[in-house]
Amino acid sequence: MREIPGTITGISGPTVIAEVKGVRLYDRVYVGRQMLTGEIVRIEGDRAVIQVYEDTRGLALGEPVRSTGMALTVRVGPGLLSNIFDGLQRPLKRLEEDMGFFITGGKELYGLDYLRRWRFYPLKKKGEEIRYGEIYGYVEEGPFKHYLLSTRDGIIRWIADGEISLNETLAELEDGSELFGCEEWPVRKPRPFKRKLSPGEPLITGQRAIDLLFPLARGGTAILPGGFGTGKTILEQSIAKFADVDIVVYVGCGERGNEMAEMLEEFMKLTDPWRGRPLMERTILVVNTSNMPVAAREASIYTAVTMAEYYRDMGYHVLFLADSLSRWAEALREISSSLEEMPGEEGYPTYLASRLAGFFERAGIVETLAGRIGSLSMILSVSPPGGDFTEPVTQACLRTAGAFLMLDTSLAHRRHFPAINWFQSYSLYTGELMEFFNKKISPEWSILRQRCNEILQKEESLREVVEIVGMEGLQDSDRLLMHIAERIRLEFLCQNAYTEDAFSPPERTVERLKALIDLYDRTLELIRKGTPFEEALR
Amino acid sequence: MRLAEHSYRTISSIRGPLIFLEKVFSCRIGEIVRIISPSGEEREGEVLKIEGNTVLIEVFGETKGLDIKNTRVIFTDSIKSIPLSEDMLGRIFSSSFTPLDGIPAPLPETWAPVTGYPMNPVSRARPEEFIETGLSCIDGLNTLVKGQKLPVFSCAGLPSKEVVASLLRYARLREETGEGRRFVIVFGAMGLTFHEYYFYMKTLEELRIDFVAFINMADDPVMERLLTPRFALTVAEYLAFEKKSDVLVILTDMTNYCDALREISTAREELPGRRGYPGYMYSDLASIYERAGRIKGAKGSITLLPVVTMPEDDITHPIPDLTGYITEGQIVLSRELHQKGIFPPVDVLPSLSRLMQNGIGEGRTRHDHRKIANLLYKYYARARDMRRLEAIVGREGLTEQDRIILDFGDAFEREFIAQKERRTVIETLDLGVSLMKRFGLAI
Ligand SMILES: Nc1ncnc2c1ncn2[C@@H]1O[C@H](COP(=O)(O)OP(=O)(O)O)[C@@H](O)[C@H]1O
Ligand SMILES: [Mg+2]
Repeated sequence: MREIPGTITGISGPTVIAEVKGVRLYDRVYVGRQMLTGEIVRIEGDRAVIQVYEDTRGLALGEPVRSTGMALTVRVGPGLLSNIFDGLQRPLKRLEEDMGFFITGGKELYGLDYLRRWRFYPLKKKGEEIRYGEIYGYVEEGPFKHYLLSTRDGIIRWIADGEISLNETLAELEDGSELFGCEEWPVRKPRPFKRKLSPGEPLITGQRAIDLLFPLARGGTAILPGGFGTGKTILEQSIAKFADVDIVVYVGCGERGNEMAEMLEEFMKLTDPWRGRPLMERTILVVNTSNMPVAAREASIYTAVTMAEYYRDMGYHVLFLADSLSRWAEALREISSSLEEMPGEEGYPTYLASRLAGFFERAGIVETLAGRIGSLSMILSVSPPGGDFTEPVTQACLRTAGAFLMLDTSLAHRRHFPAINWFQSYSLYTGELMEFFNKKISPEWSILRQRCNEILQKEESLREVVEIVGMEGLQDSDRLLMHIAERIRLEFLCQNAYTEDAFSPPERTVERLKALIDLYDRTLELIRKGTPFEEALR
Repeated sequence: MRLAEHSYRTISSIRGPLIFLEKVFSCRIGEIVRIISPSGEEREGEVLKIEGNTVLIEVFGETKGLDIKNTRVIFTDSIKSIPLSEDMLGRIFSSSFTPLDGIPAPLPETWAPVTGYPMNPVSRARPEEFIETGLSCIDGLNTLVKGQKLPVFSCAGLPSKEVVASLLRYARLREETGEGRRFVIVFGAMGLTFHEYYFYMKTLEELRIDFVAFINMADDPVMERLLTPRFALTVAEYLAFEKKSDVLVILTDMTNYCDALREISTAREELPGRRGYPGYMYSDLASIYERAGRIKGAKGSITLLPVVTMPEDDITHPIPDLTGYITEGQIVLSRELHQKGIFPPVDVLPSLSRLMQNGIGEGRTRHDHRKIANLLYKYYARARDMRRLEAIVGREGLTEQDRIILDFGDAFEREFIAQKERRTVIETLDLGVSLMKRFGLAI
C-alpha cells in the first residue's frame, strides 16, 4: 500500500478539493483530522476532487488528506450474515456502542469481527494444488457452510484445522503466500466467475400475483416502480421474508428509519418458511436512511452487491433487494451536480443509464470459479416523481430489467395490495419458467395462468358495458365472468401482508386459482343449461 | 480550535443572502460567522463553500445595509447551535431566536447544533403507541402513533390553520396509556402572514398544555425560514430525549419552507430540478422529517405533523410528492367537503396512516378498532362510488341497498368526519358503530 499525503484546498458540501500528487481515480482517501472516508472522483493536474462519504461539517481548509492507494472496498468473510451495516459497511450496532443513538461523526469501523473464533474445517490437504476461487475449507456460519475461497493459485504447504479467527493464517502455499479467512474487495468491481448461465429456475417469492402471472428467475432482475404508498416497501420486505433463496441482502437506500426499525424487529421474530430457521440468519441488511450522508447512499448498493456476490461465489442462491433505486440515482445526481458536471435529462448525469446497466449486469446465475452454481437475483424498487413512469430512472431500468412489476396508484387507493397492475406488468422469464412450474408444481399451471389472464382481460372489456347498462343489463354468462374476475382480484391477486396469507407457497397458489376457475366452469355449465345466474352460483 | 478570533474586511461581493469573502486563511465548512454592518448591526452567517482563500457565506437574516468596504466578518470556530433549557416551555420565539413575548430569553442549560445528527437506524424503536388527536378522521381511520411523521395535505383556501388549531387544542396522550408522561407541543410556523400570526398567537395563549413556538413571518429573511423547523426539532430532541417528554411537533407551512429553499438555491446558482426546486430537496426534507422517532429504551418521542399546501391542488407537485415519499402516510383535506361545510374537511379515502396497525387494538385503543375502521372505510368508499353512479343514472336507477349506502356516506361525512368538539377514540369508535347500525349495515 502506498500512502500519499495531501492538503485540503476547497470544500463544498460533500465535495472536497485537495492538493495531492500521484493519486489514482477511485482511490480511497481519508479526509481531514477526523479521517472521513472519501473517494477520488476526478483528477486535474495536482488537484484531486474527492467525494466524501460522511458529514463534512467542521472540516477546515489546510487539513490533511491521505490517499490509501486502494479503491473503496468492503471486507468479506464469515460474520456478515445477521448483520446490519451502513452504506460504508460499518456495523451499526458497534457504531451505536461507540457513539450512542445518533451518528455524530466519522469513524472507521470494519465490517468484520476479527476477534471472533470460528471452527475451520479444511477441505484441501497438504501438497494439493489449489486455484484462485477454489474452495479450500469452510466455517459454520449459522446454518450455512461458509466456504472459503482461495485468493491465489499454488500448492498447499500447510493448512489449519480447528479454531481460528479472521486475523490468522488458514493456509500457506509453497511460494510462501498465505490464505486468510477474509479479504478486501473493491465495491465497484464485479467479482469474477467462470461463466454466466441463462436463467431457467424460478425464484419463488410467495406472492401469488408474481409467482403466477409474472414469475421471476434466479439470477434475473426485476423492478417495482410505483408512486408513494403503492406498496413498494411492503412488497420488497415480504419477498425478503418469503423468497425461496439461501441468502438475502436487503438495502434500505435513502428511505425511512422507522421502516427499518420495524423490519428489524419483525425479522428477529420470524422464521424462513422454507428452511424453518430464524430469518435473520440468512439476511444481511445495509441501511443508509434518507437523512444519512448522501454520498454513502450512492455507495450503499455497491457495498451490498459485493457482499451478495461473495455468497454467490460459494454456490448459494442470493437475493438482492434494494428500496429504493431512485434514491441511489438521486444521490448520483446530487454528487454529479456538486461536481458541476454537465447534466442530462432531469439533471441526472448522462452516465446514469450506463451505470445502471453495469449494476444490473452484476445479477445472474453463474458457474462459480469453484465450479458450483450460484445466483444473484435483484428486485429493486423505483420511486418515480409524481408516479410518472416516463422519468429517466424508470426508463433506464426498463431497458435492462427482466421483469417489470408496475405498482398502480389507483389499485393502491382501492386498497388492492400488492398493487401490481396485471395489464402493464411483464416478466421476460415467463417462457423459460413454465416448464418448471408445469413439471414441479402442477401440470395445470400454465393453463390456469392463461385462463386467469383471459378472465381479467374480458372483465376489462365488459367493464365499459357495465358503466352504461349496469350489471343487470349483462347476460348471465357475462355476469358470471364479472363475478369470478372480481373474486380472482380480491381473493387471489390481493394478498394482505399483515395476515397469515402474506406467504403463499406455489402449491397453494395454484390450488386457490384452480378452485375459482373450476367454480367458473361448473357454474357456466349450469347457466348454459338454463339455470338462472343466482341459483347457478349457489 | 483556533486560539484567536479572526476577522476580515475583505468582502468581494454580496448577492442576495450570499457574501463572498477573500483572503481567508483558516475556516471550517459550516462554521458560523458574525457579520457586523457599517452601522454596527450584527447578524450571523454560515460558511457554505471554501475555494482556496475565497469563502462563500450564507447570511441568516437581512443582507440589506451590508457593504463591501466596511462590513466586518468574524469567524467563531463553532457551528450553528441554539441554547436549550426547560424554561423554554410556554415561550414564543422568532426565527432569529428572540423571544416574542417580551420576557427575557431563558438561561441556557445546554447547547445543540440545529441540524442535529441522524439517528442510528438500529437505535430506533418502532412507533406503536397511540396518540389521541381528538379528531375522528385521524384517531378512527388514520391513527397517529408516537414517533410517526404524518403530514396534512391542504389546498389553498382550505382551513388548514383551523385544523392545526384543533390539533393544538385537542391532541394529548390517552390517559390510560400516557400515565406519568409529559406531553409537549413544539410549534414551528414558516412564512406567516400577520393574519395567521394573530390567529396562532391567540390559539397558543389559550393552550392548556406545555408548548414552545417558533414563528417566522412572511417578511422575515428567507434564510431564517430554513432555520425555523430545525430550531423546532432541536428543541424537540432536547425535550424528548433528554427530558423524557413525548413531543408533538407541528410545522406549518412546509410549502413556504420549500419555496424559501428554492429561492436560496437560485441565489446560489444551483442547477434547478423539477419546477425549479433543487435536486437535493428530497434529502433536505428528509433531514427534517426523519428527526421524528423513538429510541429503544428511552422514554421520550418526537411525532411530527407537517402541513403542506399543495400548489394548484396537485398532489404530484414536488412538495407534497417528496413529502409523501418520506412521511408515513398523509391526511388529505378536500375542497369538496369544505364546500359542503364539513369541518375538518378530511377526505379519508386518499388519507393513510402507514403505522396505524401498530398503534391500535387491545391495550392500545380497543380490540375492535381495526375491524370498525375497515368497515367504515369500505362502506364510505362504496358510497363515493355510488355518488358517481348516481350522477350518471340518477337516484332512481340505484337499487335500494345502494341508496342506503349513499345515505350512509352523507351521514358519515356530516356526523363522523365533521366535529365541533374533541372526541376520545372510544367515542369515535362508538359513533362509527352506531352509524353503521343505524343504516342496517353488516358489522
Ligand atoms: N400487501 C399489503 N397488504 C396490506 N397492506 C399493504 C400491502 N402493501 C401495502 N400496504 C399498505 O400500503 C401502505 C404503503 O405501503 P408501502 O410499502 O410503505 O408503500 P411505498 O413504499 O410504495 O411508499 C402500507 O403502510 C400499508 O398500509
Ligand atoms: Mg417505501
